[in-house]
Amino acid sequence: MTVEQQTTPLRVHSVGSRLDRVDGIEKVTGRATYAVEHGESAGIVDPLHVWLVQSTVARGRVVGVDSRAALAHPDVVGVVDHTSSPRLADTDNGELAILQDAEVHFRGQIVALVLAETPEAAREGAALVEVSYDEEPHEAELREDNATHRPDSVNPDMDTDTDEGDVDAALADAAIVVEQSYRTAYEHNNPLEPHATTAWWTEEDGRDVLSMFDSSQGVHGVVQALAPMLALDPDQVRVRAPYVGGGFGSKGEAHAHVMAAALAARTTGGRPVRLAVTRQQMFALTGYRTATISHLRLGADADGRLTAIEHRVQEQTSRVREFAEQTGSPARMMYAAPHRRTSHRLAVLDVAVPSWMRAPGEMPGMYAHEVAMDELAVSCGVDPIELRIRNEPDTDPETGKPFNDRRLPDCLRRGAERFGWSSRPSEPRATRDGEWWVGTGVASATYPAMRMPGNAARVSALDGGRYAVGIGCVDIGTGARTVLTQIAADALGVPPDHVDLDIADTRLPPASVAGGSSGTSSWGSAIVAAAQRFRADHGDRPDAGVETTASAAADPAAEEYAFHSFGAVFAEARVHRWTGEIRVPRLLGAYSVGRVVNPVTARSQLVGGLVMGLSAGLFEESWRDPRFGHVVTQDLATYHVASHADVLDVDAEWLDEADELFTPMGSRGIGEIGIVGTAAAVANATHHATGVRVRSIPITADRFLE
Amino acid sequence: MEATIHLTVDGTDRSVDVDTRTTLLDALRERVGVTSPKKGCDHGQCGSCTVLLDGRRHLTCLAIAVAYDGAEIVTADGLGGADLHPVQQAFLDHDGFQCGYCTPGQVCSAVGAIDEAKQGRPSHVTDDLEADVQLTDDEIRERMSGNLCRCGAYPGILAAVREAAQG
Repeated sequence: MTVEQQTTPLRVHSVGSRLDRVDGIEKVTGRATYAVEHGESAGIVDPLHVWLVQSTVARGRVVGVDSRAALAHPDVVGVVDHTSSPRLADTDNGELAILQDAEVHFRGQIVALVLAETPEAAREGAALVEVSYDEEPHEAELREDNATHRPDSVNPDMDTDTDEGDVDAALADAAIVVEQSYRTAYEHNNPLEPHATTAWWTEEDGRDVLSMFDSSQGVHGVVQALAPMLALDPDQVRVRAPYVGGGFGSKGEAHAHVMAAALAARTTGGRPVRLAVTRQQMFALTGYRTATISHLRLGADADGRLTAIEHRVQEQTSRVREFAEQTGSPARMMYAAPHRRTSHRLAVLDVAVPSWMRAPGEMPGMYAHEVAMDELAVSCGVDPIELRIRNEPDTDPETGKPFNDRRLPDCLRRGAERFGWSSRPSEPRATRDGEWWVGTGVASATYPAMRMPGNAARVSALDGGRYAVGIGCVDIGTGARTVLTQIAADALGVPPDHVDLDIADTRLPPASVAGGSSGTSSWGSAIVAAAQRFRADHGDRPDAGVETTASAAADPAAEEYAFHSFGAVFAEARVHRWTGEIRVPRLLGAYSVGRVVNPVTARSQLVGGLVMGLSAGLFEESWRDPRFGHVVTQDLATYHVASHADVLDVDAEWLDEADELFTPMGSRGIGEIGIVGTAAAVANATHHATGVRVRSIPITADRFLE
Repeated sequence: MEATIHLTVDGTDRSVDVDTRTTLLDALRERVGVTSPKKGCDHGQCGSCTVLLDGRRHLTCLAIAVAYDGAEIVTADGLGGADLHPVQQAFLDHDGFQCGYCTPGQVCSAVGAIDEAKQGRPSHVTDDLEADVQLTDDEIRERMSGNLCRCGAYPGILAAVREAAQG
């Protein structure tokens, strides 16, 4: 039974200090087992291999699946298509409801599955399946003239549009107006571990049970998505994810391949199946960030004080399942301006389903907003840091609530001091070092602090003063396994090595997704609640075997405040005067994120976000061919992500603080904010270096040669 | 078409039946059950599958297993014997990883890169091709650039390789 417990602030001992990753040795040796690496010790005996057959048209109907040649292959065991697939009880989720009808919604959709004794035979078998189509006209290009659909809400459940005051009148009266459009590219998350699932069906007590090892950011979420579609009760599906090789949002929800593994395994008479999505297939099947077009209008007085902010967003969704990125959302709360308007309009395309990618909304939205702010600073002749400080709001512009600790100015000043901002020439194109133009740029970062409902933790007393702590959350590389051990230790008042933490299994108490920078806040609060309740119920010397399961009660006082993290990102850019080559020798983020639970894992997460922001600013761009509807840059040779040689001096630091109104640990979450504003800081630095304003990312060498 | 090859994997002799199309990576992962080398791209673009093959770092996804009959393979799991290899300890000390998926490849690549520098092999950023190679930060970054890390742990990896190379 789960009880609700009001938490009190944690007395910190281990929290706030370095603890090496508790799973580090497993990772540096490769002994950590990811989703399709489980063998006989985990009950995976003699697995079959599944290969996906994908549509080669962007829209139409499958009129025939000829599997005779595939089935003639000696090692191919079976082919599943829409005529032979097990039926689903619920097909509302158009992304997951695969192989239920002949419709093709996008190029790359799963149209058949091949099961074979070896990976080589499965792949060859997939190539032997002949699929014929009735092709229909499709639309796969995002343009300003077709992004006109107004969604009912934007991710996760925000208002589509907002309109306060009179933006048009304020702009008409403004001394200075910045009016520009900014674009961000299609981006694919590309965690280094491709999505993968091991699945098998058994019968337990006369009921079907589906078991999975899945590369997922939230095992309970996989059960919630799949169980009703398969007409199973939640306890008939067990999902585990002991190790996950990154996700960055793309493993936040189950994608079609997870259902493919479940359906394929249904046909094998109990034999397990392994389904490893290839890097190429990921570009069609496992989510991506929509390209965005941001139309910004900023109105300000001569001193740069904003009177109006308008952020109109155009982006895309897929016809088969809607996802609307909340790109305009940061403009609603970032700066003080009495007149503000935001909107989101979508092109509804016959394309793969877009989804979460690190800081959905804030990443593309703050890129556009913060480059516009840099343009405003230039127009007003005001230092970019001073401009931002002048526009600090007294209360949250969106809700009217007071912020609990809005320390953006502290981040800007502290970062500026360390970065050496004061020696920066105010004019662009003022510094040349040999053949390189040199400049610096700054941008603000923000991310909302979120605590998710539906979390509980279990604390059990073991022998010898040790405790078992269980919660069904996932460590996707963030360090959750380590920091939750620290939180549990402090909550129980024992050293971390007295805690046996068990995670990543739906047999454990429920946990929300590792996403939205909400993990530590949500899971940690549940652990503190369970530990405090455990002590209240069982005292300091409990008998071995006693246990308590609890969730954290909401703090009514917290309803009075707006909780956001803030940061300031500083970049130095060098642009080669003849080739346009761009290098970023220095990148620094200064953050206000509440208490940092573990300085080592926190630094790695913040630096990792900065690196991904740098990568977005300079490299990442997926190219969809509108004639055929697919992404042609579908590997890591053509979709460039930052490599060792691209990442020079990158560092992060944070303010010494604790937000105990938000969580008992005082933490607010750090996973996303490192990517927010980073591309803008890089863009602004390239402008300061060269005087050339590039209004799209990635910023490439050719843009400085035009 | 099947063939039988012999490999020494982390000190253990293995006789492996492979399809003639089987990569060395799939032979290790799917047929021997050694999953320390990871499959991140299967196209030689990410470095996650790096092992030491006959003493040199090598991408196993671009190697066809039948061509390596008799090879000696050391994965990250076999580098240190019962203990950790100094490079692995340095990765732990500098938090040179997050999710851990690219890490066995990074570790093997770092061991290989440090050895190549000791042998005086130049890289793209080596100025003096005649002199001994100094593993500067730029040299380390260049030599490790075949190993992608999407978690962005590059600064930690750099610090780890720098320390291990000096040790």
